[in-house]
Amino acid sequence: MYDWLTEHKIPLGLWLRDFVDLLTTHGQGFFDFVSLVLGALIGGFTAALLWVPPLLLIALFGLAAWLVHRSVGLVVFIVGALLLVTNLGYWTATMETLSLVICATLVCVVVGVPIGIAAAHRPWLYTAIRPILDLMQTIPTFVYLIPTLVLFGLGAVPGLISTVIFSIPAPIRLTHLGISSVPPALYEAGKAFGATKTQLLFKVELPYALPTIMAGITQCIMLSLSMVVIAALVGADGLGKPVVRALNSVNIAMGFEAGLAIVVLAIVLDRVCKRPERRSRKG
Amino acid sequence: MAAVEFRNIDIVFGADQKGALRLIDEGRSREEILSATGAVLGAAGVSLAIERGEICVLMGLSGSGKSTILRAINRLNEVARGEVLVEHKGSKVDVARCDEGTLRDLRMHTVSMVFQQFGLLPWRTVRDNVGFGLELRGDLSAAERNRIVDEKLAMVGLTNWSEKYTNELSGGMQQRVGLARAFATDADILLMDEPFSALDPLIRDKLQDELLDLQRRIQKTIVFVSHDLDEALKLGNKIAIMEGGRIVQAGTAEDILLRPANAYVAEFVKHMNPLNVLRGTAVMRPAASLAREGDAVMLDKSGRVKVKVDSEGRPLSIDLDGRAGLLAKADGEAGVIDDALAHDADCIVAPVDLRLKAAIELKRHTDLPILLVDNLGRLAGLCDDDEIYRGLLRRLDG
Repeated sequence: MYDWLTEHKIPLGLWLRDFVDLLTTHGQGFFDFVSLVLGALIGGFTAALLWVPPLLLIALFGLAAWLVHRSVGLVVFIVGALLLVTNLGYWTATMETLSLVICATLVCVVVGVPIGIAAAHRPWLYTAIRPILDLMQTIPTFVYLIPTLVLFGLGAVPGLISTVIFSIPAPIRLTHLGISSVPPALYEAGKAFGATKTQLLFKVELPYALPTIMAGITQCIMLSLSMVVIAALVGADGLGKPVVRALNSVNIAMGFEAGLAIVVLAIVLDRVCKRPERRSRKG
Repeated sequence: MAAVEFRNIDIVFGADQKGALRLIDEGRSREEILSATGAVLGAAGVSLAIERGEICVLMGLSGSGKSTILRAINRLNEVARGEVLVEHKGSKVDVARCDEGTLRDLRMHTVSMVFQQFGLLPWRTVRDNVGFGLELRGDLSAAERNRIVDEKLAMVGLTNWSEKYTNELSGGMQQRVGLARAFATDADILLMDEPFSALDPLIRDKLQDELLDLQRRIQKTIVFVSHDLDEALKLGNKIAIMEGGRIVQAGTAEDILLRPANAYVAEFVKHMNPLNVLRGTAVMRPAASLAREGDAVMLDKSGRVKVKVDSEGRPLSIDLDGRAGLLAKADGEAGVIDDALAHDADCIVAPVDLRLKAAIELKRHTDLPILLVDNLGRLAGLCDDDEIYRGLLRRLDG
């Protein structure tokens, strides 16, 4: 009865495939270059983190937490949790994951914050990118895992790219929110004293929006961390790998331990990144 | 030379500027322009000159266009037509048309601004807020900047608060920071957009007094926006009353109280207490209109009370029906007089800017006629019962 409707299928999927094919044939050089740079970035970070003796690094984490939050309980928790992870034998994997998260967050900030600023200054731009951001956050991850795999090859880089696609909307949205909620009075005060556009951005808009942007970055870190298992599917090293392996071999023990390590890392990152209570801001 | 001069400016918010300007020329109202073009009339045909060292208050209800034209002075609002001439580094600059570089220079050196909601940066300390304008200018060393900031903080009495964040301060203190920030760039022209409206009445009154006090020392040109007539009358050397984007009357406080230009202004001033505003000049019978006989000026119709004046016109003595009387001097706009002196005197000599309130008190106290003299001591006019009553009834022409 609905034959007329199904008779001629619109080849949407095929079009996209052809598009990706087109990219691979004509843009291979570019993608290889990106792959090389990002690969070196992650590799460098991982090497650096693994070069430091674990105990020293754990002590450094504890110190950082103390400097930011001045809370003994938090320091004890962080040091204890990281020691537990080391004891379970997941130190290397944890550092690989941390490196992936740091790199993904870096890329997200470097790309996302300027996009957020630009969108806040140009309402039409935000209207244009909003559906794209929605799409990036709702489309199942596996769907864009396939083309990234084709374009960037197996390994950490497609994992990183997928992670960035998934988590970059957070800093973009929150930067946009922060910048566009700068009170007109502050903007006018800047202008009235002769601020240039650049001065307005760096002396009025960004300082005002900073707490919101930081919230976006914290969110971005958490979203990146939630992608580690997916990233492992395309060959990225880290805590995702034992989880995937445990799933394939129905290994409850390994799955639980690796999962616990992810949770520990998530809590540590969340607590360290969360900014201490800021002075209330009125008027 | 006027420090700021509006020459026939129109300000329109919205896309259809041309259409709106055409309707302005036809004399249409704001509502008609809005429904026909979708553009909002900000100001129409505004011309006003503000002299150097003067406090000019732009007065009106909200939406009357007072802030709109204030913001045209440093081009926070664009002018659709007309000129806004501002004295900048010795020459006149048309702010409405000047290039970006000149505009920035003018904003950094000549015109500074105080905002209703203070417009302070909450992540900066008081010190860094006050130094904001200087920092944007970028032409001073940090030490020099700190010196200026300290000086301005002392001026507004916030020396001990320099390292606090602005949200730790009360509203009145925050606005003092706003004032210090505006003073810091040493701009000659100060724009104040309802600076005291967000403060409670007692603090407002105090800051008004402080502003007047500061103004006596620094002599800036101040353009002040207010919706409060009391404030306007207290601060303004000149007051411009606006309605629907147009200036309906501009003049001194006395002009506005005694000769309201239309029903709108009359309604505004109806509930004002004229005693605080009116001065001798506004109610006196001018010396020129008094009958003269040689060097004697007649104070009453029958010519029985005469004042002898010297060649410059300074009163020398008084003659009451042939008897020589005594002149007693009252000082200042408050009319301070020595009690014993007043007891023996037959006539009081007071400065011409004597407040009407002080004149009434003198009359009640002594029941003597008051002669007003200008600042060179020359007879300017007579202020007796009749003149005072007329002033109170606000009828000068009767």
